Amino acid sequence: MNTKLIVVACLLFLCAACGKNEDDSESANVATPVVVYSARAEQLIKPIFDAYTAATGVPIRYVTDSEQPLIQKLKAEGATTSADLLLTVDAGNLWYAADQDVLRPTYSEILDANIPLHLRDPDNAWFAMSVRARTIVYDTRLLKADDLLGYADLADEKWRGKLCLRTSAKVYNQSLVAMLISELGERETEIIVRGWVANLATEVFSNDTKLIQAIEAGQCQVGIVNTYYFGRLQKENADIPVAIYWPSAKTGGVHVNVSGAGVTRHAKNPDGAKALLEWMSQEAAQKLLGGDNMEYPANPAITPHPMVEGWGTFEASAMNVAQAGFYQADAVKLMDRAGYR
Amino acid sequence: MVSTAIRRPSSRRSSTTRISSFFYRSIIALIAIVAGAPIIVATLALFVDTGDIWQHLLVHVLPEALKNTAWLVAMVAILTAILGVSLAWLVSVYEFGGRRFFNWALLLPMAMPAYVMAFAYSSLFEFTGPVQTFWRDILGNPFDFPDIGARWASIATLSLVLYPYVFLIVRGAFASQGLRSLEVAQSCGLSPIRGFVRVSLPMARPFIIAGVALAVMESLADFGTVKTFNYTTFTTAIYQAWYGLFSLNAALQLSLVLIAIIFVALVLERYLRGEAMYTSSGTHAVRGRIRLSRRYAWFASGFCGAVLLVAFLVPAALIVQWSAATFTGEFDQRYWQFAANSLMLATLAATLITVVALILAYAVRRDDGRFAALQARIATLGYAIPGTVLAVGFFVPVAALSRAMNDYFGWHGGETIALQGGLLVILLAYLSRYLAVAHSPVESALSRIKPGIEEASRGLGVSGLGMLRKVHMPILSPALITAALLVFVDIMKELPITLMTRPFGWDTLAVRIFQLTTEGEWQRAALPAVAIVLVGLLPIYLLNRQNENA
Repeated sequence: MNTKLIVVACLLFLCAACGKNEDDSESANVATPVVVYSARAEQLIKPIFDAYTAATGVPIRYVTDSEQPLIQKLKAEGATTSADLLLTVDAGNLWYAADQDVLRPTYSEILDANIPLHLRDPDNAWFAMSVRARTIVYDTRLLKADDLLGYADLADEKWRGKLCLRTSAKVYNQSLVAMLISELGERETEIIVRGWVANLATEVFSNDTKLIQAIEAGQCQVGIVNTYYFGRLQKENADIPVAIYWPSAKTGGVHVNVSGAGVTRHAKNPDGAKALLEWMSQEAAQKLLGGDNMEYPANPAITPHPMVEGWGTFEASAMNVAQAGFYQADAVKLMDRAGYR
Repeated sequence: MVSTAIRRPSSRRSSTTRISSFFYRSIIALIAIVAGAPIIVATLALFVDTGDIWQHLLVHVLPEALKNTAWLVAMVAILTAILGVSLAWLVSVYEFGGRRFFNWALLLPMAMPAYVMAFAYSSLFEFTGPVQTFWRDILGNPFDFPDIGARWASIATLSLVLYPYVFLIVRGAFASQGLRSLEVAQSCGLSPIRGFVRVSLPMARPFIIAGVALAVMESLADFGTVKTFNYTTFTTAIYQAWYGLFSLNAALQLSLVLIAIIFVALVLERYLRGEAMYTSSGTHAVRGRIRLSRRYAWFASGFCGAVLLVAFLVPAALIVQWSAATFTGEFDQRYWQFAANSLMLATLAATLITVVALILAYAVRRDDGRFAALQARIATLGYAIPGTVLAVGFFVPVAALSRAMNDYFGWHGGETIALQGGLLVILLAYLSRYLAVAHSPVESALSRIKPGIEEASRGLGVSGLGMLRKVHMPILSPALITAALLVFVDIMKELPITLMTRPFGWDTLAVRIFQLTTEGEWQRAALPAVAIVLVGLLPIYLLNRQNENA
């Protein structure tokens, strides 16, 4: 019985080893595929890749993982990597990828025209594909938009016991605080963060959805979330007693983060990757990128999802989003010091 | 190796011993290098300067993280030991209503990923969840709903998911002790309970330790559960250093501290165990169980039922309900592929890892040197390292090797090693994480085989690997089945290694959960979670039946 078992195991291993050869023969005839490492979840990118393949005939092979493992994987593989394009969420990770030299600069008139300067790497290593606004939501039964002033104002004593926040372990909050540091400096930011912590109504939340539901249930009155989480809940319940508030330009504007992409340093098919990037910055893909997940298109010429438009327009912080990466480690340390868990 | 001639001890033994000891030592070293690769990488990271990160962590993060981790580990150890041992004792020794059912059903919580259970329970009991809403709206909030807090939520969740490790391994021990030892105890005038405390429990010690050690290592490495409850632990500090402070090296250094603690604890346990031998009484047939009186039988069924309810039925009902609600949007043809991939990877890995664990445990037993035992320890420490860190720690040297080979042979195909190696890379990465899971039950079962049996078979001319096959394997087969089952369900749930080392197209059910949960789509993620439980159920049921008949 044991010998049989070993033989079966050996056969299975052989099977496993030859799996690779099938793949090779399959992709030989058509256009060279573009290989993507993506930290954007599969359900949010597959429709875009499918549309690209349908439009151009170029197949796309992709593998998903979290941001940091993908960047470390690219570093470890070096010249042997299969990846042509790195697609990731959060500007901090994009900054880090550029900092670790796993991306190469891409020069393209199409990208220059479609993606605003503050939404791309100063050296063209990456370009934002969608914009995620992290703003304030409030309980419409107890508050009016006039009661709110901005991120810093949430540190004011009048919000004692009324504020809900998500954990500082989430990169979205790390980016938000990093941007505050770059605008206001560390000292002032630390005072703000300490004020937030003092105002917390309850323990920090592990995700934005639960935070919004807590406002709905009356556990707190204001909170800071990414707008698309609110959008999802609004889609389920149009009468949700929660609304979005946009901090004005006077108070520094709305904090935005991005998902974006860059061609890898050792891409085997850099032209294919560049063509995909350019296509993604144009209307069809931008509609898909924003639409499905109710994010904002990075290309300002494209209008967002109708429901997203209904939230009104906002003035984004004018800082380059790459600053979020530059100050991220400082932000994390600052939040630890301030007792923001 | 196998010599059929009856040989005189004096003439050939010395040269045979030397060759065979070289043989065993090479095997041990090879396994240790492959499985211990991440630990070697972490050790190398010690020489990298990580700036003021340690300073910062020591002041602001580690004091709380260490305290929390100590609580978590201590309580999970105690609770899994209590639950695992008491349940195993009940189903092995007594006869009561539903015993045969509980015998395998109590393993079910193992099939559920801990992070899924954590999310299910937090959704149920949080402020906005159905229980508290009912409490406020219908009952009118008689008093503030008790909040058990992040610590006890994490402890409870991990204990409920991990007690089956202890249950499974210890149940095997009680079964192989047979009732013989208990009968002896009773004939000495001990009641069943006192016989349990004075005889069976001490005899099962290596098994209890083996099971609890696995539970402890798993909870040390846990990230999903503590993240759901926002409980700061050593592992969250490791991820903070890496993801937040962008320092993989600091994360590796912290991981090394983690495994050093485990290492010391295991060595200490071995030292305290001393020279005691835990050989079995020699009979494997369970003669018949003690029939419980009506009242106690109800108590036994009730206890097993309550554990099953809390550890499995409630969270399972919740995710079944969610997946029913999201089924039409979520289910498509690809699910069959996800399930097939999960099944294939888990089966291959369970086979490979169990075989390697057996070879390792046997080689160490034959070698009998301190250094061999040390290498085996190192090879099985990977289980305590947080998954993503281990995945990178394994991938970095493998990718470096592949780069070097490409340069040397002048290949410029530009295929990543994850593709060049087919499934080999992912399977070896699994090995480096899960060797402990298979090694633990196999080693403790091996420790109960009397050296006398080996001497006798050597006298009959059976030695070397032949002895392993003819003598040890039949005795060990329940432990091997346990090992394979544990690895199988663990790999069904595994995420970081699968994510990092899978070739294109090898998305599994767990990968699907990851895709959905990274975007906070927990309700949709219930469907792949249910599928994981269902696929994991099958081998639990089948292997358990085989175990029962063996």
